[in-house]
Amino acid sequence: MKILVIEDDRQAASYLAKGLKEAGHVVDVANDGKEGLFLAGAEHYDVMIVDRMLPGRDGLSLVQVLRAAGNDTPVLFLSALGSVDDRVKGLKVGGDDYLTKPFAFSELLARIEVLVRRRGAAQPQTRLSVGDLELDLLSRSVKRAGKAIDLLPREFTLLEYLMRNAGSVVTRTMMLENVWDYHFDPQTNVIDVHIARLRQKIDKDFPTPLIHTVRGAGYSLRAAEG
Amino acid sequence: MRQEGAAGGLHGFLAAGLRLVRATAFRLALLYLAMFVLSVGMILGVVYRTTAGFLEGEIGETIALEVAGLQDHYRGYGLSGLVDVVRTRSAVPNNNSIYLLTTAAGVILAGNLSGWPAAVPNASGWTHFKVADYGGVTNRPSTAQAVTFTLPGQFRLLVGRDMSEIDQLRTRMFRSLGWILGSTALLGLGGGLLMSRGAMRRIEAINRTTRQIMSGDLSDRVPRFGGGDEMDRLASNLNAMLDRIERLMTGMRQVTDSVAHDLRTPLSRLRSRIELALLHETEDAEVYRAVLQDTIVEADRLLATFTALLSIAEAESGAKRQDFVPVELAEVVELAADLYEPVADERGQRLSVEIRAKPMVRGNGQLLAQAVSNLLDNAIKYTPDGGTISLVLDGPAPGRAACIDVADSGPGIPPEMRDKVLQRFVRLDTARASPGNGLGLSLVDAVATLHGARLELGESAPGQPAPGLKVSLVFPPDGRR
Repeated sequence: MKILVIEDDRQAASYLAKGLKEAGHVVDVANDGKEGLFLAGAEHYDVMIVDRMLPGRDGLSLVQVLRAAGNDTPVLFLSALGSVDDRVKGLKVGGDDYLTKPFAFSELLARIEVLVRRRGAAQPQTRLSVGDLELDLLSRSVKRAGKAIDLLPREFTLLEYLMRNAGSVVTRTMMLENVWDYHFDPQTNVIDVHIARLRQKIDKDFPTPLIHTVRGAGYSLRAAEG
Repeated sequence: MRQEGAAGGLHGFLAAGLRLVRATAFRLALLYLAMFVLSVGMILGVVYRTTAGFLEGEIGETIALEVAGLQDHYRGYGLSGLVDVVRTRSAVPNNNSIYLLTTAAGVILAGNLSGWPAAVPNASGWTHFKVADYGGVTNRPSTAQAVTFTLPGQFRLLVGRDMSEIDQLRTRMFRSLGWILGSTALLGLGGGLLMSRGAMRRIEAINRTTRQIMSGDLSDRVPRFGGGDEMDRLASNLNAMLDRIERLMTGMRQVTDSVAHDLRTPLSRLRSRIELALLHETEDAEVYRAVLQDTIVEADRLLATFTALLSIAEAESGAKRQDFVPVELAEVVELAADLYEPVADERGQRLSVEIRAKPMVRGNGQLLAQAVSNLLDNAIKYTPDGGTISLVLDGPAPGRAACIDVADSGPGIPPEMRDKVLQRFVRLDTARASPGNGLGLSLVDAVATLHGARLELGESAPGQPAPGLKVSLVFPPDGRR
């Protein structure tokens, strides 16, 4: 993917660029808002990573300008300001996601992945399927290999989120935000317990597991390769 | 040396004078003084004019009457009669009347003046002259007012009054008016000075206090004079502001101290772990990998602590109060229970949820959710495997809008420790073994304070060997936040 990083701290920018390149992305870096606006207008990017605090211009207003100009490239805000209000502000002006510094790189990669996919799948779906797992959004029923699986409402929502992002890594924070609308990390690793329960119902009686643990990052739901 | 002192004294005096003139209060006092003196002067001027004018009018009338009488006399008895009357009247000792009758050539026929005054009479025949120049009845250097006219036969008659008494009166009046005006001015000036000095002293006291505070001593307060005037109100507002600042500063200092104390340890652990890894040279990449993984775990713990501290600070600053929205507490409670139920289940604990009502409160949903999940987190952590945890949401009752109770069957917190556990980083010895940063209850407390709610710690099963902990978040009725 082609990614534009708008970040004034050169050290942070080069670290971001290096990490993203190692993950197989093509990266352009702009060190201030002006350059960022120019590049965003001149080139096509799949995703933009924008720092909230830029010299001479707040990242918020930069995204506002881009959105007003009709640019709808997905934007992920990076900021040291991590309060819920700051996140909400970022999403209100047209940001698609928000990450507080310092962040885990795996978290950033997972979020970029999901952002770009979400853009691709804009049509409303009533059925999701991964491998032999099927989820019907209308009847709220789940089947694996034709066998009905009984899920609690929250488990259903969690599975739906995993299936919508099948193949991508989904971090614990992303699950908390999208399934529980919790914009903070609880003290205990509650997500792991929920995933363990879901595994009990989805994977336990089947030879191939669909829910995979991605060490140091989170989880990924995907059918067996091949 | 002494000269210098004198110069210094003079300089100080001048500076004080300048400060005084620059002081608003003094300028006001001067303005009042000017107005005051002007109005008193005007009143006195009017009094003077009327008094003096009245006396002069009286004299004028007396003279006019006398002249009319003399004219009648002249018409009745001729010149000799007039001369007789004038002579008789002039001879009366110590009288203030002045007469002079002369022929056209200026020969004096009768009267008590030695010669015709040189002063030119005005249009109505009035004239003023110095009595002494013409040898009046007295040798007083006083002035006289007289009327002159010419009788048939070219005889000239002058009838007048010695004005010395009036003059004296006038002088006396003038002098006393001056005194009155002068003392008024002095009193006004003195009063103004005293007033402005008083005001200045109090403002100076406020300035002194603020300087003291700027130099870092926050304990100082502005003195009050107990008059309850606007200066006192200013002082008490300043003091209230200082109290608030001091509280915030104390809180900040506590945080800084705790951060320094509680974050240094893991940071230095982190550092020495990396350092040791570098010292022991090895070919085995796994060793390095393990160290790096441990490092990430440690760093994550540090970050979580920081995040928790920031959340507390955010809740404590109260800045979010303007963003309050109606929050459905039942949703908050159900969601938290939903999130933690599997965790309790894993430890064989039974988590029961009871929604007795569906109250709404104005607040911050995220912070309330965080508070409730912290309470559940604690309850699960400190309740032994197989214990029970109950989460109850209740609606309005006298003195409250809503109440959230979290009760467990754990060891509880002894009464004397209950205030302490709300402080940051405080962990009881019983809790040392379990993971945590000692910020959970501090955050709940901060969120409660932000929402004007009470946080009550009690026992869920009083008298039992394991009394358990019961934490209640009691929300105040609307309009009492």
